[in-house]
Amino acid sequence: MNEPIRQTMEVPVATGDEERYRLRMGPQHPATHGVLRVELELDGETIVVCDPQVGYLHRGIEKLAENRTYAQTLVLTDRLDYIAAMANNCGFCVAVEKLLAINPPLRARYIRTIVSEMSRLSSHLLWLATHALDIGAMTVFLYCFREREILLELFEELCGARLTFSYTRIGGVRQDVTASFIDGLQRFVDIFPDKILEYETLIDTNRIWLKRTVGVGVVSREQALSLGLSGACLRASGVDYDIRKHQPYDAYGLVDFEVPIAQEGDSYARYRCRMEEMRQSVRILQQCIDQLPPGPIVSDDAPDLHMSQRIIPFREARVSGFGTALIALSHKTKPTYPAGDIYVATEVPKGELGFYIISDGSPRAYRMHIRSPSFIHISALKALSEGALVADLITNIGSVDVVLGESDR
Amino acid sequence: MEQRAIAEAVKAQFPEEVVDIVDHHGQVGVLLRPGRIVDILRWLRDSDTLCMEHLRALCGVDNKKRKTPYPERFEVVYQLYSISLRHEIRLRVLLPEDDAHVESVVSLWEGVNWLEREVFDMFGIRFDNHPNLTRVLLPDDWEGHPLLKEYPLKGRKEWQGLVDLKEKVKRLDQYGFYAAAPTAEEKEAKAAAPVKAEAKVVENAAPAGEESKTLRERDQA
Repeated sequence: MNEPIRQTMEVPVATGDEERYRLRMGPQHPATHGVLRVELELDGETIVVCDPQVGYLHRGIEKLAENRTYAQTLVLTDRLDYIAAMANNCGFCVAVEKLLAINPPLRARYIRTIVSEMSRLSSHLLWLATHALDIGAMTVFLYCFREREILLELFEELCGARLTFSYTRIGGVRQDVTASFIDGLQRFVDIFPDKILEYETLIDTNRIWLKRTVGVGVVSREQALSLGLSGACLRASGVDYDIRKHQPYDAYGLVDFEVPIAQEGDSYARYRCRMEEMRQSVRILQQCIDQLPPGPIVSDDAPDLHMSQRIIPFREARVSGFGTALIALSHKTKPTYPAGDIYVATEVPKGELGFYIISDGSPRAYRMHIRSPSFIHISALKALSEGALVADLITNIGSVDVVLGESDR
Repeated sequence: MEQRAIAEAVKAQFPEEVVDIVDHHGQVGVLLRPGRIVDILRWLRDSDTLCMEHLRALCGVDNKKRKTPYPERFEVVYQLYSISLRHEIRLRVLLPEDDAHVESVVSLWEGVNWLEREVFDMFGIRFDNHPNLTRVLLPDDWEGHPLLKEYPLKGRKEWQGLVDLKEKVKRLDQYGFYAAAPTAEEKEAKAAAPVKAEAKVVENAAPAGEESKTLRERDQA
């Protein structure tokens, strides 16, 4: 593909004696992707002060996690990044497994890799759809939702839910994949690369798209590290940092994929990085389908499920169909929980999702901190947008890909 | 570099600051005194052999209800990672209960700004020389710091801002913004009495003899 010509937009410079205009954008503005409020001070159309404000969706998940068992906390992680809930589930389970020294079986690790990548695709599709819609490309929105629907239907077939799954378990996954799910996934993997080409045909060299994204929201390598960016935003600034490669979890160490990197650090580079990431996700999915090993899906060390009246061993619960209804966790199999603290990060679609869990030997987390990428990315909007135009702020919000459920926790 | 070796290097460089080194599942944490945290972080970031350029996370911890007694009430935890050298270390700064404050590291990492505000919001730990140390997730007039162990899980009363908002809704209600929709009976009664509706039109019409005038002319008169 030909490299498009990079051009920067001329931004009118304020001389200082103009009157400033205060604009409060959100929290109900559709282009803010949730309940983000941005207070702006404008000089004409140039942003002088940009002050993002969050907290409208604060539900105290960290406080709730201190009062629930680990398995009960799992359902809260769905509510972080609700666009890619499966990736959050996996991240939390990986962290708790490391804390409790549980080794999930290989088949479960492959299944988790599959669902993580599916949720990455589904999240990136929603990102591309809304980002393009903000900038004015309506068609892409419809195309993306067409493919996203296939993924959601696959999720529904797998676990019965389309948005908040709670599919993974500490020590494995809840149910095994069926043959028809694998067939459906194979069909999706076969057609999806062509669909990515379709999106690129629509916007990759589109003149309006280039005018709105190239040279907008530029972050240098040093600034990106200083701002604490992660995920595609950091890789678009030329930093080779992908936790799937740096600290492999689940089956990422067993599959072959590349980490797309761009050097320019602008909105267009972030867009290109995510598009290439989708191609790599398809590659990972294909390898997982080919390599999916037989075997159990829950580790023998997995803690038992707990109902108020009786305790059912995890495996028995799964076989008898209780597995879908139960999420509480008892401490019969593992009478002692090791005391200590652990920080485990996973690469979710938005960036680095980290769980810092402190255990004091009880079945509840003493303290759980969630390092959410969106929170840090929203705080970076100030640095990205000051001095730019109001329209560029919309591009920036879209291109850093934030979700407020994860930011506010 | 091994995490243990990094911890030893920190101890060798800043012997008075390190309180203890703890290890769990291969993850090493260095317990520190709060005094020279900025110097330690700057040294870790700029040193060629360590090169910790990525601050992964920063969070507060309340040690009040630990099963084993802890030396101090609060902790601020820094997770550091070196992208180029692929190693990590955790620094835990111990803070006393009565005067919990630590130097801000915004000068080293811009992105720490909101993370420190969050710790202040949730624990009340102050960060010296922070550019804008205000609440970030909760409203500015919130009482208490929710992640403290003595803070109840369920609140005792409604937040004042919501109480005010409800009162405002009630006040506006008298102007009909939130008035109840007419019931089926009221609609029937309205439809059955068209004469009343006509009378209303007459009430609102212009005074006799002024029908032809425009509104502006009437105002000027």
